[in-house]
Amino acid sequence: MEVAIFVLFAALSVGFAIVVVAHPHPVKSTMSMVVVLFCLAVLFVLLGAPFVAALQVLVYTGAILVLFLFVLMLLNIGRERAAHATQPAQRWVALIGAAFFAGFLGMLLWRTHGPDTLDALTPDYLSIHRLSWELFTTWLLPFELVGLLLLVAVVAAYAMARAPQPGEMTPPQAGALPAAAAAEGAEGGGDAA
Amino acid sequence: MSVELLATLAKYFAWVIALLGLLAPVMVWVERRGMALIQDRRGPNRVGPFGLIQPLADVLKFIFKEEIVPTAADRTIYLLGPILALVPALTTFVVIPMAPDLVLKSGLRIPMVVVDGDVGVLLFLSLSSLGVYSLVCSGYGSNNKYSQLGAIRASAQLISYELALGMAILAVLLPVGSFKLADVVAYQQQHGWNVLLQLPGFLVFLVASFAETNRLPFDLPEAESELVSGYNTEYGSMKWALFYSAEYVNMASLGALMSTLYFGGWSLPGVTLPNSWLGVLAGGAILGAKVLFWMAFFVWVRFTFPRFRYDQLMRLGWKVLLPIALLTLLGVAILVVAKVY
Repeated sequence: MEVAIFVLFAALSVGFAIVVVAHPHPVKSTMSMVVVLFCLAVLFVLLGAPFVAALQVLVYTGAILVLFLFVLMLLNIGRERAAHATQPAQRWVALIGAAFFAGFLGMLLWRTHGPDTLDALTPDYLSIHRLSWELFTTWLLPFELVGLLLLVAVVAAYAMARAPQPGEMTPPQAGALPAAAAAEGAEGGGDAA
Repeated sequence: MSVELLATLAKYFAWVIALLGLLAPVMVWVERRGMALIQDRRGPNRVGPFGLIQPLADVLKFIFKEEIVPTAADRTIYLLGPILALVPALTTFVVIPMAPDLVLKSGLRIPMVVVDGDVGVLLFLSLSSLGVYSLVCSGYGSNNKYSQLGAIRASAQLISYELALGMAILAVLLPVGSFKLADVVAYQQQHGWNVLLQLPGFLVFLVASFAETNRLPFDLPEAESELVSGYNTEYGSMKWALFYSAEYVNMASLGALMSTLYFGGWSLPGVTLPNSWLGVLAGGAILGAKVLFWMAFFVWVRFTFPRFRYDQLMRLGWKVLLPIALLTLLGVAILVVAKVY
């Protein structure tokens, strides 16, 4: 039973992962990625880590990919334009990167089957209490640093989105809303004109 | 088949029958008659006494209507829309305890919740967050600008309000120290209903649950005065009925979650239910009554408040609800660490 579920969802995730890369339509690529991430969540449950599975669905499929779709639909991209590498160098860099990643994965696989195997994650280790304990004691600094990194990224994205661009459409709130919105616009470099 | 598997299936289908077979038709009637009452009209009163058979007539109409797929629509994604609405809706309630544990004569203890895992309410949140794909798929697949605008609105709105909802839930879970809703009910049996201690968090949850179910005053993805009917403009017959029933199931699930988190779930203060079939029935009835109250509340609010403007909606979500929820979480965390709460 467990093997059957694993094979089914592993095959589904690999199949849809290929669709993600190969499909020319960005929205359908993203929808396939939803399926991939959902299948991965099922595999996490099989591995005895329902907490990771729930977070995977909640964060990736429930929020991040929705944002992907939001942006895609907002930009109204019909088909991927110039999807293939325009520079020959790009292809080589991609190949080297892929080879490096494959080598890394192969090394991991070799190690887990070799003499010095990796520590298996016990159900106790994957329980919510234990996971939180590890996260907020042993890994506290990396955890907080990742949070800081995300914050920096958000601030940078905000600053870039706020920068005035020539020919930018003025959002309707500039006129229709009272001072608060206009003041905000002025602070961020101003598209209130 | 093992007893556990049978019991799980029985509990799941009890939910499905209660929500889809019982509550949804009743809600069709309550919503239409309630709308008429508030708007000083008669409402449906031709089919059966007080129009009680109206839901059946509606269903018959949906079944006999012609199935139409717009020519320009993206067929696969278009047809996926209504399915993706109902499937997550029919999964979220699995973590909500509906009654006290049942102890059989053989000594077997059956918890009255479909999925009795540590993950608990996280599973509810993650499954309900999948509902947005229905709106996105139907809006995108319809190839209609109104539908697409509805889908864009839906994706931004649901993400924004999910955050506040999650933070409000976390504030409830902190003193309990568990993600399991059964523990939340047990906690409230000892300490009284959470709504008394966490009123700000409850208000955030209440407002966010309207946004999560796309009900007025937050039904911007539909907004019939601007977007015809938003993401479901191009849908008719049973496909539309799927959206409609999914909305009621979602409302009921959120109502059940709200009752469980803030109003004691299946328990009543001062009443101890026995771990027998009688206790199970009584617990189910108590939870059902609380859910019905919230459903009526949803209807009442829908026809009382005007729709928000989109920028108002976003401002409310990010600048009012989220800070309140975060402050509540911080306050509760401090109280828990100080062992006051």
